[in-house]
Amino acid sequence: MTLWKRFSSNTGAMIGVIILLLVIAIALLAPVIFPKGPWQMVQRPFLAPFSTDGLPLGTDTLGRNVAAQLAYGARVSLLVGLVSTVVALLIGVPLGAVAGFYGSWVDEGAMRFTEFFQTIPNFALAIVLVAILEPTLTSITLAIAIVSWPPVARLVRAEVMSVRKREFVDAARVAGLTRRRILVAQVLPNTVSPIIVMASLMVATAILLESSLSFLGLGDPNAMSWGYMIGAARTVIRQHWWLSFLPGIAIVITVLALNLIGEGLNDALNPHLSRKARA
Amino acid sequence: MTYLKATTFLIAAALAAPALAQQDGGRLDIVVQPEPPGLMLGLVQNGPTQMVSGDIYESLLRYTTDLEPQPSLAKSWTISDDGLVYTFKLQDGVTWHDGEPFTAADVVFSADVFLRETHARLRSSLAYVQSIEAPDDTTVVFTLKEPFGPFINAFEVGTMPIVPKHIYEGTDYATNEMNATPIGTGPFKFDKWEKGSYIHLVKNEDYYVEGLPHLDEIFYRVIPDAAARAVAFETGEVDVLPGGSVENWDVPRLTEMEGVCSTGKGWEFFAPHAWMWLNNREGPTSNKLFRQAVMYALDREFVKEVVWNGFGTVATGPISSKTNFYSDDVTIYDHNPDKAKELLAEMGYDGEPVRVLPLPYGETWQRWAEAVRQNLSEVGINVELDSTDVAGWNEKTSQWDYDMAFTYLYQYGDPALGVSRNYVASQIKKGSPWNNVEGYDNPALDEKWNAAATMVTPAERETAYAEIQKEIVDDVPVAWLLELEFPTIYRCNVKDLVTTAIGVNDGPRGAWIEQ
Repeated sequence: MTLWKRFSSNTGAMIGVIILLLVIAIALLAPVIFPKGPWQMVQRPFLAPFSTDGLPLGTDTLGRNVAAQLAYGARVSLLVGLVSTVVALLIGVPLGAVAGFYGSWVDEGAMRFTEFFQTIPNFALAIVLVAILEPTLTSITLAIAIVSWPPVARLVRAEVMSVRKREFVDAARVAGLTRRRILVAQVLPNTVSPIIVMASLMVATAILLESSLSFLGLGDPNAMSWGYMIGAARTVIRQHWWLSFLPGIAIVITVLALNLIGEGLNDALNPHLSRKARA
Repeated sequence: MTYLKATTFLIAAALAAPALAQQDGGRLDIVVQPEPPGLMLGLVQNGPTQMVSGDIYESLLRYTTDLEPQPSLAKSWTISDDGLVYTFKLQDGVTWHDGEPFTAADVVFSADVFLRETHARLRSSLAYVQSIEAPDDTTVVFTLKEPFGPFINAFEVGTMPIVPKHIYEGTDYATNEMNATPIGTGPFKFDKWEKGSYIHLVKNEDYYVEGLPHLDEIFYRVIPDAAARAVAFETGEVDVLPGGSVENWDVPRLTEMEGVCSTGKGWEFFAPHAWMWLNNREGPTSNKLFRQAVMYALDREFVKEVVWNGFGTVATGPISSKTNFYSDDVTIYDHNPDKAKELLAEMGYDGEPVRVLPLPYGETWQRWAEAVRQNLSEVGINVELDSTDVAGWNEKTSQWDYDMAFTYLYQYGDPALGVSRNYVASQIKKGSPWNNVEGYDNPALDEKWNAAATMVTPAERETAYAEIQKEIVDDVPVAWLLELEFPTIYRCNVKDLVTTAIGVNDGPRGAWIEQ
């Protein structure tokens, strides 16, 4: 069975893909659907959803269009999620690969360095980094990447260590390939599937981290994000609960979709480990 | 004659009626936020300390919500025609909470010795004073070096609390162990401070005003979380939420409850005035046309209605309408985006970005900054919101590292005390976020500010300040926003709580609870 066939036969994963594509479409089309942007004060504040034409989800504390805020928030969430994951992979994959492949003191050094980051709680470190660097989209993305690469490094190291002992690696060595070439061309490609699974889940975690930071007021004040919406609306949660509820639902749905996709990828890439096979 | 008698009778009845209705007894629970660092008002003057200790200590005068002086420890006073000699006659039969008699010597000690050493804000007023003397036990005479009109506003309890000479003379004030159990002359006595929970004051049975105070006891309750404070009020655990103790968004919900009243009064002495510093030194904000455009771009009425829930007044200039010598004969900047765009075109604004620094005091201020950014972008100004914490805000404003920065400051009843400091060139000093931070330098106006401070008659000062306001409003050294109002929320059966210009700070003196 091809990869795609295995993946598409997983209903949960397909639902995840559809939701994610929908969120991506909304994010991309936000400037077209809501040309006024998310910050414009368009109506009286605190209009309930479905109560006013043209404002399907009502208005927030300053009379801004909640639907527009959600759409623009999707841009920030996805962007931060994707970019920070890519950056985390760029740090974690080479470090883990080198550590696992060369072993000895290189491994020791790289792993102690990784542990240094792992001993500090993720979120606390992210808060400190953002607070020091001043909250902008760049600094938030960077902070999230910095707190999320250590598990990648450890995963890649473990995979590389198991792959490098296989026979085809010995064969490559016999064929006279340099160590670096063996690592890049022979070993790494064989570790890709767990990395892909992990990356899809990391995007979800990154979205949650960004939302948490924005909720605490450490978001980029010039970028509309879901976490910011919840944070700003929590002061009025007793009177206008939907202002926190709607962005909350957006986060839940997006993160759920990414998790479903990750699960589906995991099953598709490791068929002998999938739940169906196990059953 | 009959007519006269009837009128007299009516007036007497009108005056007597409320007096008859006042009931003695009961306890009042008031929120104090945050917990005060200490209660010795002569040493600490934080907002929460002023609120609690305003019941324990007194000064010579109190002030109505129109800033008219009223008797307190002084029963009468005269000011000489040249404005140099202030003579106070003190109340008879006043005792300290420990039973010692209060005399003019306590006043001289407090003003001339104790507070001169401990109270920076009063010290700048005392610089005008040549001598403070007590010719007899119930008379105090302040003699000034030159006339200083605002001096009559210096006898407020947070500005000049009278402290007991018999306890403090010759001791190290900061480490005197009596600081923990403050002794004053006020209507309530200190009883107990359970740290992190409450401060308990009890009625001063020997208070020198017949019939006062009405209340038996007051609990100042410490509740660290804003939402928890709102809930405590809803459940009836506390009776009074002083201004600023709950988020603005909670105010309508609480005031709509049955039997709940609110008032914006009681802040006239402080008259908190909000504006944005506009950096007059560099960038687009150094151009007067740009600054005027900012004023026209802002929809301040919207912010008042939406962000501040209708509380406050749109500011017309540097002096609050609640402060003495306010004049509304100035250019009025209404919300006029077209006019703003014209001014920007005239100056040739090239889209250079300006940074806006919000005040990191919670959600209200963040929303306000967002509204301002939106207003400014609508007229084509390129705005970036900075983000910072309290320490960062202090640093950036006092080191002049900003283009536009939110702030609000107290006015203390007189332009010479709380307004001119933000506009005269002698106050341009790096390192303080409370002086002339914007860097406005207008020597001609400096002379007028200084002259107005030392004029003898209020009428002269009125004219001088009107002239200053007219001129400075056209220059827009800063972008004036709102005269802030912090509503006090209380149960309607609590009567006569806010009757003075400092509101709850000295309000419990005459407050009573309707059973």
